[in-house]
Amino acid sequence: MTVMPQGIEKLVNSSYEFGFFTKIDADTVPPGIDEEVIRLISAKKQEPQWMLDYRLKAFAHWQTMTGPAWAHLKLAPIDYQAISYYSAPKTQADGPKSLDEIDPQLLDTYNKLGIPLEEQKALAGIAVDAVFDSVSVATTFRKKLHEAGVIFCSMSEAIREYPDLVQQHLGSVVPFKDNFFACLNAAVFTDGTFVYIPEGVRCPMELSTYFRINEAKTGQFERTLIVAEKGSYVSYLEGCTAPMRDENQLHAAVVELIAMDDARIKYSTVQNWYPGDKNGRGGIYNFVTKRGECRGDRSRISWTQVETGSAITWKYPSCILRGNDSAGEFYSVAVTRGKQQADTGTKMIHLGRNTTSTIVSKGISAGEGQNTYRGLVRMSPRAENGRNHTQCDSLLIGDQCGAHTFPYIEVRNPSANVEHEATTSKISEDQLFYCRQRGLSEEDAVSMIVNGFCKEVFNQLPMEFAVEAQKLLSVTLEGAVG
Amino acid sequence: MLQITDLHAAIDNKPILQGLNLTVNAGEVHAIMGPNASGKSTLAHVLAGKDGYDVTQGSVIYNGQNLLELAAEERARQGIFLAMQYPVELPGVNNMVFLRESLNAIRRARGESELDAVAFLRLVKEKAKLVHLDEKLLKRSVNTGFSGGEKKRNEILQMALLEPTLAILDETDSGLDIDALRVVAEGVNALRNPQRAMIVVTHYQRLLDYIEPDYVHVLANGKIIRSGTKQLARELEAKGYGWITGGAAA
Repeated sequence: MTVMPQGIEKLVNSSYEFGFFTKIDADTVPPGIDEEVIRLISAKKQEPQWMLDYRLKAFAHWQTMTGPAWAHLKLAPIDYQAISYYSAPKTQADGPKSLDEIDPQLLDTYNKLGIPLEEQKALAGIAVDAVFDSVSVATTFRKKLHEAGVIFCSMSEAIREYPDLVQQHLGSVVPFKDNFFACLNAAVFTDGTFVYIPEGVRCPMELSTYFRINEAKTGQFERTLIVAEKGSYVSYLEGCTAPMRDENQLHAAVVELIAMDDARIKYSTVQNWYPGDKNGRGGIYNFVTKRGECRGDRSRISWTQVETGSAITWKYPSCILRGNDSAGEFYSVAVTRGKQQADTGTKMIHLGRNTTSTIVSKGISAGEGQNTYRGLVRMSPRAENGRNHTQCDSLLIGDQCGAHTFPYIEVRNPSANVEHEATTSKISEDQLFYCRQRGLSEEDAVSMIVNGFCKEVFNQLPMEFAVEAQKLLSVTLEGAVG
Repeated sequence: MLQITDLHAAIDNKPILQGLNLTVNAGEVHAIMGPNASGKSTLAHVLAGKDGYDVTQGSVIYNGQNLLELAAEERARQGIFLAMQYPVELPGVNNMVFLRESLNAIRRARGESELDAVAFLRLVKEKAKLVHLDEKLLKRSVNTGFSGGEKKRNEILQMALLEPTLAILDETDSGLDIDALRVVAEGVNALRNPQRAMIVVTHYQRLLDYIEPDYVHVLANGKIIRSGTKQLARELEAKGYGWITGGAAA
């Protein structure tokens, strides 16, 4: 049988649920990039001189670079002069002091997305630093965190309030010369999140930031920096959706994590940006550089991501295992359908002794989606007894999609132990028939099988996030099946 | 309950069923026997609504409605259950979750309330005893890594849970040793009742020693060529299918 059951086609073609556009007057800089634009951004954010200098240095270097061409992605050249590099809701001008002062329409947008912004959400134990386009509009629970000595604020604020901490760590894990998109980000980043956990402190709540790209043609360049001092712990959640837009929107974020001795950072992402219409038009280009450094001994960084959105995803959350006995983890679910393309994976760079890394990657392709896992495991000469286990599974739905796996393994120490397992499977018609014969609809069957496939990764997410992720996956693969 | 009239069905334009007639009433157990490739499994699949078969002629009326118009899941919700010859594995899907979702889907269709977790657990444990299914298997992924016998018992467990009106058992005896066969048959027999009909598809008479049919039909070349009582099955066992089909024994 070569014909795809009708139901699957419908599931795969269901439209984006979170597509709406909020009408808010935005203070947008005209498209284009040059030194003047960078000075303008820096001035608008009232930044110190060193920050401006850093941006200008990055910009000068960026002009000598070209975009990467090695990824398994098909995309038209991006006109960087056609993008506007700064956009802020106008209501920000006077700086809202409480939620009452926030544009009701904005709150409405968040409510539609189910984002817990209201104070009563404190009960859920989530503090939210919501980024609406480029400026943080509301930050909650600051006080409680402050009492614990935790700093959780927007990057702009951190640059003004905690310049020494920022200057010390910014770019220390992802230098601006690292890659084309990271370099662009260093030059033009507009906002993001800064988290600092002092020595021995266990952050009293899950920290959560919702990003949302709203203004048409405005690239979003987030910058996130999380520093966990000795013996501290933090769990950080990042979730995103974007309204339906017709133009390709560029997103080039940089996230840096630093874990000192015995510190642990858990970073979870649910990414659901607009993937483009069924012809592949529109949709977010998501070029993200995420890297954590286990700088201290016995430190641990774990990345968990659920990637269902964006037209193009180019993203490799990585760990540099510098400290002895440090550990890195990467758990990923990436879904591509329609014309979506994802080239994602991780890099585990083992430098210290007795370092361990775990990679669990689950790729799901449906429709004409292309899903690529690209992972590097490097055991350096000093990495005595380094251990890695990689499990890389692909699930295909339908017969027009693709799954690709590019594992790179470099071992320069004979005591290292590296394991790689990979499987590719397909949701078979026999499986669907079996479920349907037991009274389940085709969409429930697909959702059940897909969630089963992803279970190992979902188990890594904080409880309420896992539920959301499951729902998101179902919505992504189901939609309007009658 | 079920009237099959002049049923013709094909896969990829290759005719398999060629004018099959069969009437099944509530409370009856019908055995369908026949040599390999006679169309036994096709009949089971067509009744359950599996994709890929073209019904080119004939009709199937189930409780007064045209069964062939219903999607597979609708047939299941209206009480048709197929115990599969090769139960598929669903890696990662917890057996317990699967059973509960399935039961609740069918209960909803029957206008009954969904069972809560406690009531469901009690029910599933009771039914698992009936088929001697190790409770550990309830916590595993559906059929994943189950032995042949465990898979078949899991099928009968589902049947016991879902309480179908018409149960079709497709070569449930294949791949079972005699002990497993007895357990499965006991499970099936416990489910016999005056409101429920069963169609037992099998190649061998052996199963019918344990599940006594009211009627036995011999299927060859897509048609029922002889019907009788369980005596017919015994004769078949002794003389081979060639006795009826006129060809070589299968």
